[in-house]
Amino acid sequence: MKKRLLLNKIVLMLSTFSALIGLAFLFWILGTLMVKGLSTMHWDIFTNDLVQGGIRNLLIGQFIMALMATAFAVPLGMMAGIYLREYSNNNKLAMIVRNLSDVMMSAPSIVIGVFVYAIYVDKVGHFGGWGGVIALTIMMIPIIVSTTDNMLSLVPKEFREAGIALGGSKHKIIMQIVVKAAKVGLTTGILLSFARVVGETAPLLFTSANNQFLTFNLNDQFPSLTVSIYNLATYPDQASKDLAWAASFVLTVIVLVINLGGRYITRNKD
Amino acid sequence: MANKDIMRAEDFSFTYPGAPAPTLKHINMPIEKNKITALIGPSGCGKSTLLRAFNRIHDLYPGLVYDGKILLADKDGKMENILDLHKEDQLVKLRQRVGMIFQKPTPFPMSIYDNVAYGLRLSGVNAKSELDGRVEKALKGAAIWEETKDRLSDSAMGMSGGQQQRLCIARAVALKPDVLLFDEPTSALDPISTGAIEELIAELKEEVSVAIVTHNMQQASRLSDYTAFMYLGDLIEFDKTKKIFTDPSEKLTEDYITGRFG
Amino acid sequence: MVGKLFKDFSLFSAVLILIILAGIFSILYVYASDSIHQFGFDFFTTKTWVPGEDDDGGVFGGLIPIVGTLLSTLIAMVLAVPIAMGIAIFLTEVAFPWLIKPVSIAIELLAAIPSIIYGMWGLFYFAPIVQELFGGSGVGLLTAGIVLAIMIIPFMSAITKDAMNTVPGVLKESAYAMGATKYEVIKDVVMPYSKTAIIGSVILALGRALGETMAVAFLIGSIVTLPGLITDPTTSIPVLLANNFAEAQDLELSSMYYLALILFAVSFGIISFAKFYFLRRK
Repeated sequence: MKKRLLLNKIVLMLSTFSALIGLAFLFWILGTLMVKGLSTMHWDIFTNDLVQGGIRNLLIGQFIMALMATAFAVPLGMMAGIYLREYSNNNKLAMIVRNLSDVMMSAPSIVIGVFVYAIYVDKVGHFGGWGGVIALTIMMIPIIVSTTDNMLSLVPKEFREAGIALGGSKHKIIMQIVVKAAKVGLTTGILLSFARVVGETAPLLFTSANNQFLTFNLNDQFPSLTVSIYNLATYPDQASKDLAWAASFVLTVIVLVINLGGRYITRNKD
Repeated sequence: MANKDIMRAEDFSFTYPGAPAPTLKHINMPIEKNKITALIGPSGCGKSTLLRAFNRIHDLYPGLVYDGKILLADKDGKMENILDLHKEDQLVKLRQRVGMIFQKPTPFPMSIYDNVAYGLRLSGVNAKSELDGRVEKALKGAAIWEETKDRLSDSAMGMSGGQQQRLCIARAVALKPDVLLFDEPTSALDPISTGAIEELIAELKEEVSVAIVTHNMQQASRLSDYTAFMYLGDLIEFDKTKKIFTDPSEKLTEDYITGRFG
Repeated sequence: MVGKLFKDFSLFSAVLILIILAGIFSILYVYASDSIHQFGFDFFTTKTWVPGEDDDGGVFGGLIPIVGTLLSTLIAMVLAVPIAMGIAIFLTEVAFPWLIKPVSIAIELLAAIPSIIYGMWGLFYFAPIVQELFGGSGVGLLTAGIVLAIMIIPFMSAITKDAMNTVPGVLKESAYAMGATKYEVIKDVVMPYSKTAIIGSVILALGRALGETMAVAFLIGSIVTLPGLITDPTTSIPVLLANNFAEAQDLELSSMYYLALILFAVSFGIISFAKFYFLRRK
């Protein structure tokens, strides 16, 4: 009996301890970022481009690529999710697509970079923003598919039946009733997947590469915040390192704010 | 005080965490030794809450408030207030003395044998021969020995609902508890399985004292020696089952058993 | 008419996923074929990575990045699995109810932080500590493995926690009613009940660790040598790709594609295995 209680205590303490470790690292990482980020931040970095020691063009470039990717991935991913949930009757194809999409979601992002290099950079002969967009789109599609699939599955089938009973056609019922009913969850899913791709580095390294100047031409090498952080952090001079910290701080704040925002929307609903 | 009681609630009140008012109010009720006591009443009357207080299973969730006393007799008939128990080992021992069977069968994800042996092993019985004997005895006691003796190492998840519930009874009986608490043990079962469980409970009272929550009044009248009728957290009437069902003292009890509400 | 178009487009989108996957495999294979023909399976056991001069194509073998990938992942898993399980147990069985939500959110935020941040933090703040404690230059297998562990812990514990939360409360109660302690309930009821999902989450995390690039790129040292000590610098497949892919040409480039193909095939295999055997969805 004594031994059982002791064992019980030990295990519960260990588990509490591991949660503490997890939290300690979170605060350590966030704390470091805050301290280093705030001490190296100047408002100038938002008005200067990389060439003048700022991150304006990088932020804009990163957002353009992530937003473009969202613009492609959301319709494609949602439609695929709609096929899986509304049209497929869970046939063999749907099973395969569903599972392989999940597998693709966990595929190494660097490999997607290599793939896009082969189909885009190698073909057009230079790095370019479109390469980054394609890579991020490929990363995002499976996340959107999975979100759509899950969210639509939560819509009660009575909604669909009621729509059909009123004489609605299937695609109208899907868009006007089912998708609408799942709107909040879908929005959260899109925000979370945006937050995920906007912080990606590996798929951009040799697709969009980087640009010191502001550009809106996606056929050019495209400015990227994350790729710049990677480069700047490893430069020997202190000014570059400082800029890397400031940029990391900004990136993390953006990612976490979008993340929390996405969660907040769903929480309000319950 | 009469020594024929194994447990007794005295002026017992219970409040759920954060609730503005108590769910149970000043309950006084005995559970007599080697008898079956039924708790009946409409949904939300507090009968399950009361039952779950008898082995302090409520304590898994923090923030609740007990008031009054729940007494449990030890070997010599001395009554001890189980609400005074605070250490984990005391609660563990209490629950080995006061077992519980739930609404739905709850076989653990392990073999039939291991399910029955589980509590025994926890209480320190490890010798193979003793385990074998007590598992067999418990399965016989729960009337499923014949069905299970050739597949003791099969997973318990593959049994039918009625078998699973009898397995859960065997599992509890194996610990030789003083009291067994049944929380609507047949509400998830078909009529044939229900009959078998009822028969089993009736036999069990030779060995243990039983308290059973049921929403099925026929079950209460067939099975029990005493019946407690509860309503909105109050114990309205407690008496011999026969008296409750033929000549209740309270108007409310009569209305309930004649089906005027509930 | 519109309905038909709508349906066809949804089918096309679903099939597109299969096309992309097949495309990745076949493109990688085509671009890697020079190296595959040249080196074949010897690629896996060759540790030289030497570009040739002029006409000589050079000799390329994947042994070192493959070993580096496996070892850093192994270190990460050894550290991450027990801690992630501990966190999941804490969040499902131990913590006060008011603590569960904030801690869960905090842990999930840890999962949302971009991997490049982990890498940078690791390089400037964690590597010196590893150097202090274990010697070496600070960057190397061990540092990469530890930071990789920190990265996958939140992910693993989130899935494990969800799996543990599916254990019916009444099943746990009935174990407590037999006089089990909390640890015994976890060991005998919660873990067996959610076993398959837990194994699945571990394998998914393993797949993540294998393919992680940026955190490791800062920390593993990025030199193509076999590590003799756990603190020695080496490289991994994603890191070698990240640093050298864009400059490589001819046979070296083809060998890079070969490495990418190996990485993709391995993580594809591992993740499919986890999905089909442990996390099957209806």
